[in-house]
Amino acid sequence: MDKLKKLTKMKLFLPVFCMFLVLCVNMIYDASTGKPFYSFFQVGITNGLLSGRLVNILNRGSEVAILAIGMTLVVSASAGTDISVGSVMALCAAVCCRLLAGAAAPKATELAVPLIVGVLAAIGMGCICGAFNGGLVAYLGIQPMVATLILWTAARAIGLLVCDNLIVYVRNDTFGMIGGFVGFFPTPIIIAAVCILVVSIVLKKSAMGMYVQSVGINKSASRIAGLNSKRMIFICYLLCGVCAAIAGVVAASRITSADSNNIGLNLELDAILAVAIGGNSLGGGKFNLAGSIIGAYTIQAITTTMYNMGVSSAVAPVFKAVVVIIIVAIQAPPVKAFFRKRSAKRASLKSGKEAAAA
Amino acid sequence: MEDGVVLTMRGISMTFPGVKALDNVDFTLRKGEIHALMGENGAGKSTLIKCLTGINDFEAGEIHVDGVEGPVKNHSTSDAQKVGVSTVYQEVNLCPNLSVAENLYIGREPLTPMHTIDRRAMNRKAKELTERLKINVDVTQNLENYSLAIQQMIAIARAVDMECKVLILDEPTSSLDDSEVEKLFGMMRDLKAQGVGIIFVTHFLEQVYAVCDRITVLRNGQLVGEYPIAELPRVKLVAAMMGKDFDDLAEIKPEGFEAHADAPVVIDAKGLSHKGTIKPFDLVLHKGEVIGLTGLLGSGRSELARTIYGADKAQTGTLKVKGEEVKISHPIGAIHLGMGLLPDDRKAEGIIGDLSVRENIILALQARQGMFKQMSRAKQEELADKYIDILQIKTASKETPVSQLSGGNQQKVILARWLATDPDFLILDEPTRGIDVGTKTEIQKLIIQLAGEGKSIMFISSEIEEMLRTCNRMAVLRDGAKVGELDGDLTQERVMAAIAGGADNG
Ligand SMILES: Nc1ncnc2c1ncn2[C@@H]1O[C@H](COP(=O)(O)OP(=O)(O)OP(=O)(O)O)[C@@H](O)[C@H]1O
Ligand SMILES: [Mg+2]
Repeated sequence: MDKLKKLTKMKLFLPVFCMFLVLCVNMIYDASTGKPFYSFFQVGITNGLLSGRLVNILNRGSEVAILAIGMTLVVSASAGTDISVGSVMALCAAVCCRLLAGAAAPKATELAVPLIVGVLAAIGMGCICGAFNGGLVAYLGIQPMVATLILWTAARAIGLLVCDNLIVYVRNDTFGMIGGFVGFFPTPIIIAAVCILVVSIVLKKSAMGMYVQSVGINKSASRIAGLNSKRMIFICYLLCGVCAAIAGVVAASRITSADSNNIGLNLELDAILAVAIGGNSLGGGKFNLAGSIIGAYTIQAITTTMYNMGVSSAVAPVFKAVVVIIIVAIQAPPVKAFFRKRSAKRASLKSGKEAAAA
Repeated sequence: MEDGVVLTMRGISMTFPGVKALDNVDFTLRKGEIHALMGENGAGKSTLIKCLTGINDFEAGEIHVDGVEGPVKNHSTSDAQKVGVSTVYQEVNLCPNLSVAENLYIGREPLTPMHTIDRRAMNRKAKELTERLKINVDVTQNLENYSLAIQQMIAIARAVDMECKVLILDEPTSSLDDSEVEKLFGMMRDLKAQGVGIIFVTHFLEQVYAVCDRITVLRNGQLVGEYPIAELPRVKLVAAMMGKDFDDLAEIKPEGFEAHADAPVVIDAKGLSHKGTIKPFDLVLHKGEVIGLTGLLGSGRSELARTIYGADKAQTGTLKVKGEEVKISHPIGAIHLGMGLLPDDRKAEGIIGDLSVRENIILALQARQGMFKQMSRAKQEELADKYIDILQIKTASKETPVSQLSGGNQQKVILARWLATDPDFLILDEPTRGIDVGTKTEIQKLIIQLAGEGKSIMFISSEIEEMLRTCNRMAVLRDGAKVGELDGDLTQERVMAAIAGGADNG
């Protein structure tokens, strides 16, 4: 009993619990359709490539997971969200593909410049977008939602401009590898893992985590204590832009083209949701990166589960919304307080009975 | 309920994770009485009040309010207002981005016949109220444009304007100066004459003896006793609060703690100013010296200090630190030069509420070392433990969020933050705000000890006695300008005269 209580108090309890619920639904569904209940976890090699539902979720969830990193920092430091990440993904993808395609655009099979140049250009573009957002929020004091609304509308359009209103294809194996496989292993999983690892190490080995949270909790007090609050907020938006760029390149490589109208569409919402499901307050301050990451994969798991159950892609968002409402509601303070009170009452009743018995 | 009693609290108990904040506490408030609730930092005063006003959910005990059937259990401040309990909390909790008038009438706005807010009536009533209480503000301005003291007065005005049987004032005078305190006492006496029961929490003992009729003392969450004021003279009150005898008025300045004119100059400011807050001033501070800044509220004491520190960027003049001319555009620049500033507004500029006590203590030191040179966890814990011990910070653990500490203990955490940076020049703006008598003396001793170690201190306090006890020299401010300095034999009379604008500005 005591152990259970301790467990439920842990920061990561809720996101992990949500993930667990989704897994359970999968297992029950599988069992009811006559498949072995563990088929969710089955990992195999099909056509020389790693396959299975779990692998699929980790693979497909990479973009949201990468976005969630940046979003977590932005939410923590500025108590606001960066709603431009989806569009910035599209823009960075466009920049990358356009460079890689070179003169052969819009349909290239050879890389016009080395792959790394394209990727770095995309990341550079991400930096510019992040700096633009960060500048508006940190130095001009514009509401994050409003400031990032600008690129939310503009970035995708700029992406189209970059590609002359066309879908630029780069049907090249080297480029395709980023969103595909190295050997038998899905590359996006590796990229997401590296991003998560790098950021976690920086957070662990430097005082950045504390700085970001401190600024998010109390900007003026942090300034008096010697932190450069504005610069800190700026850096978070910058990193968020870089994350969007990486996610954009992965997304473009998956479809070996820069489709500015579709890449990253509505992904900013998934990223924000991931942060919320991860148990982070959207009001800023304390953050929990691991929670956001788990949240990101949970969202992907929900999507995959629904396709698996044959929910059509048109109605899928409805189910997704229902699931999200439930997950967010059980984390809401009044609901939490309700459960806490109930368990406290039960405990006091129990101790009362024991006292009476003694 | 007995005749003449407006409020009884019986057997109140309340536990926070790791702390028994209240243990079977009784409290009785009579009609037309001013009742002091006393105790050390963390004794449970604010917690008891929050149990009454519905912010804390106490686990045992009963509350009865005159005129209300059966035990009262409030669930929110508005519940409490309905049964006639009106409160000014320790931390000003108004909305800084609303106007003064809106803050005064939030939740009870005058309405037009269309049921929209009648702004004109609201502003007019607000103007009347502030004029009656002699608070000098423009009620249509946002609250954040005013100093902490004015904000505190607005919070008081809001509370006294509501029809109530019980008025609670939790350290309302902590940032007020003598004249404001007198104003407040005037209001309290009026309400008392109307039969309102007033609960008054303060760490200023003189104020207790100036207005109160009765004292209830708490220690470590337990009731020590309830006394009529005549039966509990100052020494006994201090003993009851601390659980031991203690002379808080003993002389603490060591012999020969005076002249420093030949010591090296640490701070040399010439013509420094910040538009709108402080006019150009000159100031010289020597090594090992404690200088006090004195003046009425709004005279520019804090602003002068902030301009030196770079919290407000100086627009004119030059600043030399240890002989070298410097330009400080950010507090971090000042920290690198060995400065530190303990700001007067603890909630807005001091604590980082959700961070732990440990993180709050190491924050400034970490900032000086830089983001990528993280202190080891062991070092952080060592520092936290050291200052929790030295300053007697009462906390469940060093990982407790600092917002869960009592007001006085939060103040100690911020003091610890600056002591941890081992500064050469430390600005303390109201460092003893909300701190209990025993610890106050400890902090005064600490200031003298730091000066003895060769540090220079700038000390700002609304309490003149406190400054007399610790300062070598005083700078006098009036209306946003430095108007003079006092040294030699500092006495209450000389300081008062200088503040008021007398001749002694030498
Ligand atoms: N929200 C909270 N969570 C956990 N502990 C708390 C909380 N609020 C208060 N406490 C603890 O309860 C105890 C009593 O605190 P309280 O604020 O009542 O003290 P106080 O007498 O008002 O002190 P002060 O003079 O410093 O204001 C303290 O030990 C404090 O740490
Ligand atoms: Mg208190």
